[in-house]
Amino acid sequence: MHTLPEEHRHLLELVRGFATTDVAPQADGYERAHEFPRPLFDQLAAMDLTGLPFGAAVGGSELPYRVYLMVVEELSRASLALGMGLSVHTLATWAIDSYATPEQRQLLVPDLVAGRALGAYALSEPGAGSDAASITTRARRDGDVYLLTGTKAWVTHGGVADRYLVMARTGAADAGGISAFVVDADQPGMTVAEPESKMGLWSSPTAQLILDDAPVPADRLLGDVEGQGFRVGMASLDGGRLGIAACAVGLAQAALDVAVGYAREREQFGRPIGDFQGVSFLLADMATRTEAARALYRSAAERRDHASGVGPHAGTPGAGTGYPTTIPSAMAKLAATDAAMQTTTDAVQVLGGAGYTTDYPVERYLREAKVLQILEGTNQIQRMLIGRQLTAPRA
Amino acid sequence: MKVLVPVKRVPDTAGEKKIDPNDNTVDRESVESVLCPVNEFAIEEAVRLKESHDAEVTVLLVGPESAQPIVRKALSYGLDAGLQVTDDAIAGSDALGTARVIAKALEEQEFDLVLFGNQSTDARTCLVPAAVAELLGLPSLTYARHLEIDGGSVTVHREHEEGWDVVTSQLPAVVSVVEAINEPRYPSFKGIMAAKSKPLDVRSLADLGVEPEQVGANGATATMYEFKDRPPKEAGTIVEDDGTGAAAAQLADWMTEKKFV
Repeated sequence: MHTLPEEHRHLLELVRGFATTDVAPQADGYERAHEFPRPLFDQLAAMDLTGLPFGAAVGGSELPYRVYLMVVEELSRASLALGMGLSVHTLATWAIDSYATPEQRQLLVPDLVAGRALGAYALSEPGAGSDAASITTRARRDGDVYLLTGTKAWVTHGGVADRYLVMARTGAADAGGISAFVVDADQPGMTVAEPESKMGLWSSPTAQLILDDAPVPADRLLGDVEGQGFRVGMASLDGGRLGIAACAVGLAQAALDVAVGYAREREQFGRPIGDFQGVSFLLADMATRTEAARALYRSAAERRDHASGVGPHAGTPGAGTGYPTTIPSAMAKLAATDAAMQTTTDAVQVLGGAGYTTDYPVERYLREAKVLQILEGTNQIQRMLIGRQLTAPRA
Repeated sequence: MKVLVPVKRVPDTAGEKKIDPNDNTVDRESVESVLCPVNEFAIEEAVRLKESHDAEVTVLLVGPESAQPIVRKALSYGLDAGLQVTDDAIAGSDALGTARVIAKALEEQEFDLVLFGNQSTDARTCLVPAAVAELLGLPSLTYARHLEIDGGSVTVHREHEEGWDVVTSQLPAVVSVVEAINEPRYPSFKGIMAAKSKPLDVRSLADLGVEPEQVGANGATATMYEFKDRPPKEAGTIVEDDGTGAAAAQLADWMTEKKFV
């Protein structure tokens, strides 16, 4: 943080103050109430924090992705539901901003950037998870509308979002037959199912969207081009996965903070348990793993910023050429979420019996970490992407 | 309408404060300096007047050049311009000296309303707003927990121990607000960015026509001769319940003795 430019430092001070004073004390209450912390998201909007990496033309702050991710990390340390909420919102907004026609961008993006509208992303289906190209939701052109029919699954913000990016099939039964639509929450013919009953992350609702001949205006076909939906989906996941990596680091840091505090205070055999190597080595590994994950997501984000020509490396060779950063993003997501799983598990261990109770937040952190290894591409899918790249035939 | 919000740089309220034995003032090096938290309520009220009455708000700070980040911090809430009075001769001013500088700075400005926090978290004298009003010959409405502007007048709910009085005055007027008046918002990121380029006017005592002898340590009517560290906290009284009910009586006696009931 000390090496950051002044404006980024001020931003992070603002976020840390908000996260500590307003978010952290309310996080557990929202979890127990199974309620999305929309008032906190609205406060993010009021503080101009919902559009940090977007262009000034749509109302954004044009910050490097790396700095936006530091904000996500800081929020996730206080509330994963809120940090991930911002990440998912940004994923959907980025997809629309990047692929929209100029008219669509003007109409649909400023509300999302300003945080007046909450975004969501609907790609998966009950029968199409990791194999996302096999989705079966259909979009059939009928005059001025597309009629969408099918069920989208595992939609974060399902039922609380204002605008959904929905992938549906307009053509052949392959990746090239998928299109992306921007669908408002009040879309006739679309209903939201009861939220899933989950192991954790209760204040971030996950629900199915059920589309039954929903007449989506044809001008909501993203980019006014059929067949680019899969590309939109995959490209936006590159950024989304960095967001999840930052969430995981924030969560791991939260677990580490609690474990260290406990190890310094809890006494057994006449001294703080942190004095025992069995505990201090555990803490040392947790801290190292968290810092390594942090370094990895930030270096991946630097590459992304370099590829898009923003940040400190603008103007250096290759900057702004838009080269793909899928692999660094996959690596960061994989390493950070595995680190969060291990670190939250170890935090429960440091707290012993107390860690297994709901008197301390670490059991919640453990439950929350698990989902990060699953969403936005399971960690097996991340390994597949990385492995495929390593063993691809050389040109 | 035009509003002026005088603000103060104070040592971090949560930090451990030290007195510099050389001049018996707060040792600024020993603790981080912040915008006085009570000022945030006056700033929030000013921001609301911007929203409701299209008010133009200037923030005023009396303090050394190094306090400029505090002016920028105040501006980051969306205020329009800054005015800082800086002069070596101001150091060591008491409440009246500070009020003289503020009053002189205000004389040069056009304004309808001056919005103070009712006290600063370091000195806590609560004197400056009323002293400024007196020096300017303006109505003084202190301890406001509610504020309304209606045409050319201001009405406040003036808080006291038994409730509040409703006080109305013509503008221009000087108002000090208490923390019950509102819930300050956070500055926005764009507000922080914009604060860097807001106009900031820096004036000296000579610019304002203030005689250096009237302010600073030399002009102070209050003098600090000595200071001592706060005595360590004493152990409290422990009342044990032996099952006879005597503890309740003991507790009641103690509360009566301490005038809690």
